[in-house]
Amino acid sequence: MTTEHVTIEPKVIVRDVERTFDVRRRAFRALEGVTLEVQRNEFLCIVGPSGCGKSTLLRMLGNLEKPSSGLLQIRHDSAERPLSAMIFQEESVFPWMTVAQNAAYGVKITGTWRGQESQRRVDELLEKAGLSRFRDFYPHQLSGGMKQRLSLVRAWATSPELLLLDEPFAALDEQNKALLQQELVKLWEEYRSTVVFITHSLEEAVLLGDRVAVMTSAPGRIKEVVSVPFERPRVLASLRRSGEFNQLVTGLWESLREEVERARTAELRALAGRVPETASGGAR
Amino acid sequence: MKETAVHNPSVAVDLAARPAAEMRSKASLRQLIGPLQVLISPLVLLLVWEGAARAGWIETKFFPAPSTIIAQFWAMLFTHGFWVDLGLSLQRLLIGLLMGAVPGLLLGLAMGLFRPMRIAFQPLIAALYPLPKIAILPLILLIFGLGEMSKYVIVAIGVFFLMTLNTFAGVMSIRPIYFDVAKNLGASRWQTYFTVALPGALPGILTGLRICTGLGLLLLVAAEFVGADAGIGYRIWWSWSVFWVEPMYVGLAVIAILGFAFAYLIDFAERLLFPWLRNPSR
Repeated sequence: MTTEHVTIEPKVIVRDVERTFDVRRRAFRALEGVTLEVQRNEFLCIVGPSGCGKSTLLRMLGNLEKPSSGLLQIRHDSAERPLSAMIFQEESVFPWMTVAQNAAYGVKITGTWRGQESQRRVDELLEKAGLSRFRDFYPHQLSGGMKQRLSLVRAWATSPELLLLDEPFAALDEQNKALLQQELVKLWEEYRSTVVFITHSLEEAVLLGDRVAVMTSAPGRIKEVVSVPFERPRVLASLRRSGEFNQLVTGLWESLREEVERARTAELRALAGRVPETASGGAR
Repeated sequence: MKETAVHNPSVAVDLAARPAAEMRSKASLRQLIGPLQVLISPLVLLLVWEGAARAGWIETKFFPAPSTIIAQFWAMLFTHGFWVDLGLSLQRLLIGLLMGAVPGLLLGLAMGLFRPMRIAFQPLIAALYPLPKIAILPLILLIFGLGEMSKYVIVAIGVFFLMTLNTFAGVMSIRPIYFDVAKNLGASRWQTYFTVALPGALPGILTGLRICTGLGLLLLVAAEFVGADAGIGYRIWWSWSVFWVEPMYVGLAVIAILGFAFAYLIDFAERLLFPWLRNPSR
């Protein structure tokens, strides 16, 4: 691979990726024939019915799962920056570290700690997340929203090339959500990161993303990818007044609703004790 | 008075600060007294015992009045032999604990972190753990003789199994997401051990340590009964053989105090070193 190629190639290439899990000795196909490209410095949002394998796909991008088959390729452009940092949906800050230690953990563990400079950056992010007064607190002394903000700081401070977010704002109140959405976009523009963002909120997807990918119900596939034409900076309140925004959200919702309904019937059938069509007999 | 409070902000601050300071001192007083509450029921028991012994309701040949035991204890504090016994027993206990706890900790960590280790050792540990350790004391005396080593080894063996199992359980109870965080950020193997596995397993390790001191004392006393010529266990056994019951009770009291002191020390160290382990209910 020569260097000229690197710059034109997409940041992430996913081709025909399949992922099966063994669930009670049956192969459950979570992802099937997933093909997707994420461009360098792109902000891609992924929406899909629950249980469609969104998180599995994201975990693959974060090196936490391997595809059962297919090709998955991520370019690491610069040794100065870590390849990826993931922000999880569930609580993930370390209970045995203080707020300050948690915030600095990512930068230290990725080996990109630059002394004072890094400390300043961590402090700045803590300030933006409204956590600087709690530096010496332990997570059990914080609220759920504060812990989630702390995990954002831990990942952001590393300024990774690829930022992976799994419904990061789902547990936050509206004000904090709006503030952190703005902060995420600013960060993304400033540090030239590539972002893959999973959300269940279509408005959020359209507000933040350059493109929005819709996934099918299990086994997950990319159903369609929609480009978002709005100029940045985007403000939700004014976007909501535009017809184009509403059309886009409604279109996505139509597309998603089919999948949600399909997922529900599959669940009902599984509950009725019949073999769901997604589970094929025998382990692989 | 009111005027100065208005004109002099420092006074106003003082007035406002006082209730907070009072509350703080009350809280720290409660913290100090808190552990002492556990003394109430033993004290009541001792008082009843004393009364019963003095009234002649119980046989003082077997149950001497607490006051005579305390007098005996006091007298023994000034004998050289008492301190030799105590020192020897403590030394045996601590060396035995160390010999058992450190390998147990390492094996427990390894079993928790590596599947092959788990597969290799779990059945072995599960089969050997329920074996009463006292049952193998004769074998240990046979192998190591009557010297110090046999005492260390019997304590170490008991402690080893408990520590292994508790550390193992501690590692297994760590939420997988913490390992995910480390792995995603590209943490090395050692970084993962030190930043996730070890701190995450600490609650289990400390529980192990707590039970271990109790079991260690038990095994030590048993070993000193049959195969020693000094030590607290030996002193208790000796008191029986010469039918002098007061030193026997002193020995029992010393063991109780040791057990209590160890538990208290571990609690104290835990609070000091690992403040995240106990969520203070405020």
